[in-house]
Amino acid sequence: MRTKIEVREITKGFASDKGRLEVIENVSLSVREGEFVAIVGPSGCGKTTLLNLLAGFIRPDAGTVMIDGAPRSKPDSRGILISQQGSVFPWLTVRENLMFGLNGHAPAGNATIADHYADIVGLKGFEDSYPHELSGGMLKRAELARALVVKPEILYMDEPFSALDALMSLRMRNELLRILAKERHTVLLVTHDVEEAIHLSDRILVLSSRPTRIRASFDVPFSHPRRLSSATAQELRIAILRELGVDEVATDPFGSQTESK
Amino acid sequence: MHRLKESLPALAVIVVLLAAWWAMVTATHSLIFPTPWAVVTGTWELIENGTLWQHISASLMRVGIGFGLAVCVALPLGLWMGWMHGAYRTLNPLFQMLRPISPIAWIPIAILWFGVGDASPIYLIFISSVFPMVVQTTVGVHTIEKRYLRAAENFGVSRRTLFTRVVIPAVLPQIVVGMRIGLGVAWLVVVAAEMIALHSGLGYMIMDSRNAGNRYDLVIAGMIIIGLIGLSLDGLMRLLEGMRWVRWRYAH
Repeated sequence: MRTKIEVREITKGFASDKGRLEVIENVSLSVREGEFVAIVGPSGCGKTTLLNLLAGFIRPDAGTVMIDGAPRSKPDSRGILISQQGSVFPWLTVRENLMFGLNGHAPAGNATIADHYADIVGLKGFEDSYPHELSGGMLKRAELARALVVKPEILYMDEPFSALDALMSLRMRNELLRILAKERHTVLLVTHDVEEAIHLSDRILVLSSRPTRIRASFDVPFSHPRRLSSATAQELRIAILRELGVDEVATDPFGSQTESK
Repeated sequence: MHRLKESLPALAVIVVLLAAWWAMVTATHSLIFPTPWAVVTGTWELIENGTLWQHISASLMRVGIGFGLAVCVALPLGLWMGWMHGAYRTLNPLFQMLRPISPIAWIPIAILWFGVGDASPIYLIFISSVFPMVVQTTVGVHTIEKRYLRAAENFGVSRRTLFTRVVIPAVLPQIVVGMRIGLGVAWLVVVAAEMIALHSGLGYMIMDSRNAGNRYDLVIAGMIIIGLIGLSLDGLMRLLEGMRWVRWRYAH
């Protein structure tokens, strides 16, 4: 498959009180079309900054971000960012939110498209509801649907499910996989949850702490639906956690049991 | 029934105050200060001879025009200043300096420019209510959460959509707050302005009642009516807060 995203030696720093703070240092990576790449790293390591660089919200100090072989310097609707806090407009109904990104088409047709995607994410019957009338999980669905409506080539997801409880987070992961099976998108997922990364992605990049470099890359060779309790999945999890500096045997009783089997 | 129970303490306070007022006037045998009953009969007199409605409608008309003009100027100006950093930098210091000047201080200039007709109080109402509304609208634009603007940027929508679908709806709750403050100030100012130079309006009615024979029953009747109308105007603005376009701001 052809390369969708090509990142060449990008560097980014910010001015702070204590002088210059290097956040990203010489990161290069490439993502194939339709690939699901998860990026994990310690908290505060610059994962979000990296994602913002890729989506075009901030410019690198050095290096280039190429999408389809052309440099990307500002965000557009070919790549939609889904952030942790969410950005569903509270003053618009679900349908109006979903129609938001559809500029310049006939309004009637737009409503049909919006309702179609509301249905896909399981929000049928809530098209006229306002966001404050929805639960946290439903808000995430609305956010996802609003992104899918504009048929983005790339989804940038910044810890999209971390604000949800564990059960809802798991349910949303399955929903995402179900939707991606229907509409193939290139996905970049930033997360601190190694299990989530193994559940969802084709490849996992492990970042170092600041200044961020890519420390390791793991392929996730399992087919869907995945069983996270399988021995191979657990081995992968332990290997990734080790890269993140967590000694699995000492800190995780469940992990050490599966390892000893 | 529940609401009645809720407002019982407030009613009790008013009743106690009325009783104390009545008792004191009776005890001191005051010749000038009226009893509550005298205020009631005085009010009835004003209703019967029709002057009360003339004064009320004159005051409301001035507030309506002055406040309406202020809304028409303040909202676009506030949005512009909030959105364009250059406009904010240029105009904000001037507004911050003009804002603390009491509208009463403008009265001589208003009379000089507009004479003693309706235009003077309308100008004063405009001047007093325009600044709080500009400030609230500007603050409203400045406090739009960045994540919403970023989402709009991400979808690459037109400037028009950005304004009609994101900026204005996001600021609307603040605009309503500004309008509530503005209308409150306008009502304060119209009465003060009418006391100086006019021949109609509730402010004029109060001063005229005093000057033409110490009719303090009518003075107090005027004050109570001003209070009640102010309360209803605020209630009207509170209804705006319940509109579906701004309800999202209060629902959590």
